[in-house]
Amino acid sequence: MSEPASTGRPMLIRKGERLLGNLSLRAFTVWYRDIKVWTKFYKASILGNLGEPLLYLLAMGWGLGRMVGTVNGIPYIEFLAPGLICSAAMYAATFECTFGSFTRMTRQSTFDAILATPVSLEDIVAGEILWGGTKGFLSGTAMLLVMSLFGLVNSFWAVLALGLAFLIGLLFASLSMIVTARAPSYDFFSYYFTLVIAPMFLFSGIFFPVTNLPGWAQTFSWFLPLTHGVDISRALFTGNVDWSIFADLLWLTVFSVLFFTVAVREIRKRIIL
Amino acid sequence: MTTVLSASDLTKRFGSFTAVDGISFNVGKGECFGFLGPNGAGKTTTMRMITNHLPVTEGSLSVLGMQVMANARKVKARIGVVPQENNLDTDLKVLDNLLIYSRYHGIPMKEARKRALQLLEFFQLADHVKSPITQLSGGMQRRLLIARALINEPELLILDEPTTGLDPQARHVIWQKLRQLQSQGVTLILTTHYMDEAQQLCDRLVIMDHGRILIEGSPRDLITKHAGNEVVEIRLRDDEDRESCLDAIGGMIPEGTEVECSADTLYLYSPDATKVLTGLALDSNRTILHRRATLEDVFLRLTGRDLRE
Ligand SMILES: Nc1ncnc2c1ncn2[C@@H]1O[C@H](COP(=O)(O)OP(=O)(O)OP(=O)(O)O)[C@@H](O)[C@H]1O
Ligand SMILES: [Mg+2]
Repeated sequence: MSEPASTGRPMLIRKGERLLGNLSLRAFTVWYRDIKVWTKFYKASILGNLGEPLLYLLAMGWGLGRMVGTVNGIPYIEFLAPGLICSAAMYAATFECTFGSFTRMTRQSTFDAILATPVSLEDIVAGEILWGGTKGFLSGTAMLLVMSLFGLVNSFWAVLALGLAFLIGLLFASLSMIVTARAPSYDFFSYYFTLVIAPMFLFSGIFFPVTNLPGWAQTFSWFLPLTHGVDISRALFTGNVDWSIFADLLWLTVFSVLFFTVAVREIRKRIIL
Repeated sequence: MTTVLSASDLTKRFGSFTAVDGISFNVGKGECFGFLGPNGAGKTTTMRMITNHLPVTEGSLSVLGMQVMANARKVKARIGVVPQENNLDTDLKVLDNLLIYSRYHGIPMKEARKRALQLLEFFQLADHVKSPITQLSGGMQRRLLIARALINEPELLILDEPTTGLDPQARHVIWQKLRQLQSQGVTLILTTHYMDEAQQLCDRLVIMDHGRILIEGSPRDLITKHAGNEVVEIRLRDDEDRESCLDAIGGMIPEGTEVECSADTLYLYSPDATKVLTGLALDSNRTILHRRATLEDVFLRLTGRDLRE
């Protein structure tokens, strides 16, 4: 069938429509399913996602912080904490949409069961990613609570970090779904964590300003999604909010959408033969 | 009779391998239509095209008057699917499996709860509302799987091997429920490896092999046409025995009888077997079985006795 050429819409949009035309609000039913399951063991889950950033906060913030003193004029622990909210969101979403989604896609055949209903494949992928974003949000919230107990929340803007945690969650959930679509087995994820997530964690400016790095590494760092999250988060926590965070926000949004479209395509390739 | 499903030259290829090779069939409203065939015949592939899980490579497939895939959501809203592999949601308890599934179908919560409880009652699972899936027996899981497929009150129910691996009690319960559904006007399409199941349930059936349909018809007609009325099975001791046996009965085989040799058995498909039997009765220490022809005879004659991978 040939498409009428007179639709007059740019090719990118037409392509997007063909790819995502099957997306609907039914995505939320998949999201709801995941929440429902999570409420059964949320304690273990929150603790798991919170554990690591919390340890970093204590070890680095207190231990290393004593040696470092201040960074850019603020105590090290205050420099560090906003970044850890971002990494907590990243880890939560990534675990969910790698190990979690992979299990639902393969071993449990959950996707297969859902595909027998009016829920489309696009809805399923979107639902999983929404859930990943939600996990990011939940981890971010837990982290924010802990930080406020430590007296590290001094700016009203910091509340917006929860929205940021959700966005970071969406982005990494989308990226993870691409990896999940390509993963032959669970072992594959250990490569992803070692080669992608760990460098992300270390070089996105959580532990030291990106400007400390040599020029080429700074460029590299710009391509890490987490760098932009950390930038925004730090601005929110210090209260030094300026227009530059909109550039970061745009970066995160554009790449989330991009990763999501690729994720849909890759999952389709994997399960619709 | 209105047509619920119509396939013509339906083909599915995986890469260069043809799993379903240009099959055509129609299913009328309220019918129970069966698919028989050895492992790898293409039954599941056909079912998964009907359920919109797999895109059609060639040919046309219309379900409830709509082409599949292009109308995936609309078709799926009106059919029920019982897959070959159990895919109940093991993260959820019994009732929640049905309730969450209702959400996928967009059924309002109150209505969903009502239907779910009715279905659990109907399938004798009412005592297990709160059980985890892993605590259910195989038979209960199958029943729950069928219950789940009915939550949207489908007009057409697709069942891929609904009773495989179940004990006789569980199978009979499922058969009875399926007949009850059929009497309520639900159209059934099922695949099975059990000939008695096909004979019990199916109004019409096809036997498939290597992606093609070999024959189509009602169980009774197919038996009469392809296996005669009666079968005599003569167990053989060795190759030599086969020859002597064939010699012995050579003159007594009535007209219209067909003889088939397998590894250790001689099969005589005959309109009248008494003649053969009287002849053979002389040799008393031979194992001889005289029985009515069944669908299994038709199946084996058409698809051969070799094992499939
Ligand atoms: N995704 C796939 N990729 C490649 N080949 C496949 C795929 N799915 C099925 N096949 C092949 O298609 C053929 C038909 O498979 P199908 O599952 O439809 O058989 P079946 O009749 O349901 O068999 P069974 O009785 O064992 O369930 C088999 O040879 C199978 O190996
Ligand atoms: Mg099968």
